[in-house]
Formats: sequence, structure tokens, C-alpha cells
Amino acid sequence: MQRIGVFVCWCGSNIAGTVDVKQVAKALESEPGVVFSTDYQYMCSKSGQDMIKDAVRDHRLTGIVVCSCSPRMHEATFRKTASAAGLNPYMVEIANVREQCSWVHKDIIIGTQKAIILGRAAVAKVNLNAPLTPGESPVTKRALVIGGGIAGIQTALDIADAGFEVDIVEKKPTIGGKMAQLDKTFPTLDCAACILTPKMVDAAQHEKIRIFSYSEVSSVGGFVGNFTVSIRKKARYVNEDICTGCGACVDKCPMKKVPNEFNLGMDNRRAIYIPFAQAVPKVATIDPNACNMLKNGKCGVCAKVCTAGAIDYTQKDEYIEEKYGAIVVATGFDPISLDKFDEYAYNNSKDVITSLEFERLTNAAGPTQGKLLRPSDGKHPEKIVFVQCVGSRCSSCSEKGKEYCSKICCMYTAKHAMLTRDKYPDTEVYVFYIDVRTPGKSFDEFYRRAVEDYGVKYIKGSVGKIVPEGEKLVVQGSDLLNNRQVVIDADLVVLAAAIEPDKSARPLATMLTASMDTNDFFTEAHPKLRPVESPTAGVFLSGACQGPKDIPETVSQASAAAAKVIGLLSKDKLVGNPCVASSDELMCNGCSSCERVCPYGAITYEDKEFRMPDRTVRVRRVAKVNPAVCQGCGCCTVACPSGAMDLRGFKNDQIMAEVDAICK
Amino acid sequence: MNSNKLCLEIIRMSGTDPKKCMACGKCSATCPAYKEMEYHPHQFVSMIKNGEIAPLMESESIYRCLTCFACVERCPRGVEPAKLIEATRLAVVRQQGKNRVTPDSIPALLDEDIPQQALVSAFRKYTK
Repeated sequence: MQRIGVFVCWCGSNIAGTVDVKQVAKALESEPGVVFSTDYQYMCSKSGQDMIKDAVRDHRLTGIVVCSCSPRMHEATFRKTASAAGLNPYMVEIANVREQCSWVHKDIIIGTQKAIILGRAAVAKVNLNAPLTPGESPVTKRALVIGGGIAGIQTALDIADAGFEVDIVEKKPTIGGKMAQLDKTFPTLDCAACILTPKMVDAAQHEKIRIFSYSEVSSVGGFVGNFTVSIRKKARYVNEDICTGCGACVDKCPMKKVPNEFNLGMDNRRAIYIPFAQAVPKVATIDPNACNMLKNGKCGVCAKVCTAGAIDYTQKDEYIEEKYGAIVVATGFDPISLDKFDEYAYNNSKDVITSLEFERLTNAAGPTQGKLLRPSDGKHPEKIVFVQCVGSRCSSCSEKGKEYCSKICCMYTAKHAMLTRDKYPDTEVYVFYIDVRTPGKSFDEFYRRAVEDYGVKYIKGSVGKIVPEGEKLVVQGSDLLNNRQVVIDADLVVLAAAIEPDKSARPLATMLTASMDTNDFFTEAHPKLRPVESPTAGVFLSGACQGPKDIPETVSQASAAAAKVIGLLSKDKLVGNPCVASSDELMCNGCSSCERVCPYGAITYEDKEFRMPDRTVRVRRVAKVNPAVCQGCGCCTVACPSGAMDLRGFKNDQIMAEVDAICK
Repeated sequence: MNSNKLCLEIIRMSGTDPKKCMACGKCSATCPAYKEMEYHPHQFVSMIKNGEIAPLMESESIYRCLTCFACVERCPRGVEPAKLIEATRLAVVRQQGKNRVTPDSIPALLDEDIPQQALVSAFRKYTK
């Protein structure tokens, strides 16, 4: 028989306001096994924890029930308290009387009744709890960073500087990501390439960093400390080790009309290409969809001109399997498609462009060598209209846009407007805004400079429609402050398109069993206190894959994720979760139901000899759980038709006891 | 009925919620009848939200709205200003003696260029 102590927390007025804590403590006093019951203002505080420790000693408790907040919040705290008092930490149960009682009920009588019922269920469970001891597993001292943008690069550099090996997997032929496409960066207007490319080179030259460019993660197995990842190195038809990046093949390639994705299709590249001059690694890649040699077997010019002999048309995708202790997701963002926003005529006019296209138009390495020229006729635009919140903050058009604020658009639009006025003072620049959001160091000052020093005309309102008429774009919008409708005959319109997570994020999340929100941003373990960790152990988040972010924020988060990885990799052993499934071999009939439902691949089958009552030996096929891989989800216990599978700490009889206690 | 009550009634009739408005002004940016209106679509949303219904009910604007629903289509927040304008108009014509079009006035309006259907629908729209 257990000797159980019940501790009811007030959580200040959080619980005590809607739950009569004294009554709960009193009601639970008479439950079977309970020898001590009390209440206190803050159970999680030091004095609260001391109270538990004293009670364990004075009343020789063998089990503890804490009626408090969600176990996600303080289960670990009270398990530590139990440990310190000499109890097995798994003899603690939490009855969630805050999130499930006081926060959802207004009536104190109902709240109290429910709290008593939940407490009773927890007591019933503790009566059947048994001490559990977690296993240990080793840590592979290498990290994987998925995505080679500024977030991935910064994370990799920080981890590598701490002395651990890091691999970066980047799906494009070069690392650098979106930042490599930008011209200048707000609010200090440093040139993006000037501050990014040294970091790219640092990453490439770091002895602890390996870069798998033009590669994708194809499968992930294992668990925290012991991930096994398969990386698909896509065939680039060029031997990376030999290619010198001289570019002779690019110059001679006859396939000249391939849209250049680095310049967002505003100019063309060849079928063999190096994305940009400072690419890392600086090696050529053949686009198999455009190359005549790969498609029809005719051409072969690049192989002829390559003095290094690096071209290899027979190259195949290569799979590399590697072990990692931690995985950092840094998959970044993309602007949304504007196909569904007919009113802005994005698909009808070349002179309606997105802000990222504007970055390329003003970038010295872009399609116009940095001269601001209209894409349609190459003329200098005299009137430019910037439109903010295109597809952001759309609560009613989820099929078109996004409900959230994309966060970076106010600042980059102010930057674009300011730089345009600075370089071309004869240009009239209008910005249609709903709100200007500039929370950040030196951000509002920057925006005010655009207005006050550079004469950018900000109009509070929206653009209703854009109609191409001759060489002009007729922009009809509202000017709410002056209560009028305005019509501007613009030469160029720049749309601040909302940003969304990269399309590769969703399948990757499935592989990692990492959770995402409805917008496909990765979810953090705690929005405030664990912002760079995924709820999945060993998976960390860096940059815009977790939510819209500007560069300073991305870099901070990247370093924070690196710190978490370093903390994990510096451990020699990890303590596992003892609440794992196990199979009763005598009851298992070898049907494979559990193996099929296990999302972690933790269950295998083995043939085992059993001595029968008549002294014969029979070989039977039985399930075996790998406790290091099992995450304790319990799918197998439900699927098992013979009731052989059970989950430690959540055994079937414990759960039934809880249900019985609730229904009593 | 006092002004606040009337506003709540109009909101109920319209089936939309002006509190969702984020004041982007896209309705008034897109409105083809903007220049004809004394009060503009965004003002209908804002004023009804604030309980100021009397000036809207007295204004000709409620008859200038084309009910083209461009504002409804474009509103990023699902506020649907045209439905608020329509509800305001209904609140006016449902009052005694406030029919906008009477049967007697129809013959004078007959014109070869106006499709009869337009008159029928105007009659339906502007009377109880």
C-alpha cells in the first residue's frame, strides 16, 4: 500500500480564485492511500518544495500528488523535489487543476468539483505507480544544420567554433540563402554581400564544417543524441573536387535562355551555371532540365572546354548516411505567390514586381547592374508606388494570403523608398501603408528619416486596383487621412509580398516528427522560455523557419540555437525517458500490429525459444521494443490485440484506475 | 430605437462584424462609386462600429452604393462593408413612409435604354 501525500497549489489567485483549494485538500484526504493532504500558495516555490520534502520525511510518503498547473509546466520541478527527498521521481503525479479547472471554469463550485475529481484520478494512479529508472544513451558529437542561409551559417559557425563537427545541408548549389540576394540591409544600410560573403567563406574554410550543397535530407531516424540521417547529394554533373569555378563552361554553354532563379527570372542563365560570383562552393552545376546533352545526348561543349576535366554527364544522385547528436532546422522563408491577387496585376504587367525582385533590380550584381530600370522597357521609372501588407494580415483570405504580419516588410519598404530617393532624387516615391511597424533598435528613426529627410510620401490607406494603361500603371488607392480616393499613374509598382516558410519545411517536419503550426512555421517548445528548441528532443530551430524574422533577429536566434546544441553535444551521456513500451512475451502473438503503428520504428520482432509445459521447446515470434528509440506515445498499446504491449508509467491498469476514479 | 441599439440591429442584419476591421482602407480604395458617396465604405464600417448611425441613415450614400461587392471581395479581414451599407439602407426603407421608390414614380422612369429588370430590382431594393 502506498503512503500518498497530496499538495494543492493556489498558484496565487490563479487556481485559488476559482477552485476552493482547502476543500480539495480536505476531500482528497480520505482517498485510499492518502496519509497527508495540504494546500499552499506557491507549491513550486522553494518553501513549497521544502514543504513537500518535509512531508515525505515526516509522514514516510511513498507517492506524491500535486494539484497544480499543467505537467508540461512543473512536472519536472516536482520530480526533482521528489528525488531530493529520496523518492523515485516517477512516484509523482500532477493533477492539472489550473489549465483544466480554474482557467476554464468561472463557477467556483464546478471548478472545485472537477479539481477534486482530477485529484482523485491522480491518487488512484499513484496507488499503482512503480519506481522507474531511465536508461542512458551515448551522444554522437556532431550536429546537422539543415539550410545554408544566414541562420544556418551562423549556427554552424558557432557550433564549430565550440569544437564540434557540423554538416550543413543546402538544397541549392550554393549557401547564402535569401540574404545573398539582398542589396543593402536595414537599418544601417550595410551591403548584404559585404557582410555575408565573409561568413560564407569562413564556413567553407572551417575545419570542423562540411558543406553538402545541392543536397537534401532524405530520411531521418533515431533520437536525440543518436540521429541517423540520409543525405541525398543531387547529381550536379560536375565533379566538385576538381572544378575550379573558372566559369569557362558557363561562357561557352549554348543554352542561353534558362530563367535565372537567383535573379527571380528577370534575366537568363545558361544550362551550366554558378549562381553568383561569390558562391560557396564555387563550382558549376548543370541544370538537367535545360541541358541538351543530358536531355538529348547532343552538345558536350562544357566537357570540351573544361581544362580540369570536371564535367561528368554520368554522375548519379549519391546517398550519404551520417550520424548526428543534434539537428538544427534553418529552412528559411519564401515570398508567397501573388497569382491569386488579381487586383495588383502582378501577372499582367512586368512593371509590377515584388520587393525581392526590387532587391535584385537595385543590386550591383543583378540583372541591371544595379541601375533602377523598368523590367518592361528598361526606362528609368519616375513614379514608384510601394504597396505594403500584400497578402499579410489577411484573416479572411487564407486561400490567398496569410493571417500573420510578415514583420520585415515595413522596414525593407522604408529602405527601398529611401534608397530610391537617395540615388534618384527626381523620382516620386509613394508608400501605401496600413500601419508602419518599426519595433527594433534604430528602426523607427530609420523610417522617419525616409519620410523627413528623403521626402518619401507615405499614404495611410490601401491600393484597390492597378490597371496597366499604355506605358503607365494606373494605381487607385485610398488616402484615409484626407478621406479621398487617389489615382496615381505610376511607372513601377513594388508589392511587399507576405513571407511564408519554405515549401521543404513540411516534409522535413514529418521526417523529424517536429511539430508545426497551421502556417507551417515550426513550433517552439515554449513560446517564451524555449524559443529555439522544437518540442522534439534534439531538434532545434534557427531563423525564419520558426516565424518571420529580420537579419539581426535571425542571427541572434541562430547563435541561441547553437548554444543549445553545444550544451547537448558537450554531454557524454543522455538520460532517457523510462516511460517506454514493453511487451509481455508470453502474451505476444507476433501479429506485427504494433510494429506497423509505431511512428518511431522502435519495435522489431525476434524468434525466441519458449519452454512449454510438456517440456518441449517451441520457437515463437515476439515483439521487442528498443527503449532508446521509443518515445512512449502509446500507439502500440492500443493496437495490440492480445494486450501484451504496455507502457511503463502509463500501464493499462493505471489508466483504467484513473477512469474508474473519475467515474466514481 | 436609440442609436446604439439600431447599430447592433444593423450589424445583426448584415451578418458581418465591423470589429474585425483593421482600417486598411482597401474597401474605399477599390470602390467604383467612391466619388458619388458622401460617406465612404470605410466610414460606414468605422461609424457603425462606433454607434454613429444617424448621419449614415440620412445620407444619400446608401443609395449611391452600387452593391457591386468589390469591397466585400477585396476586404482582407472579411468585414464586408457592402453588407453594412445594405443593412443601413434596409433600416431606412423599412421605416414607415420611407420607401425610396413608389409604384407611381415608375412610369416616369421608364426609358428605352433602361432594362426593365433594373427597375424591378431597384423597386425590390428600395422599398419594404
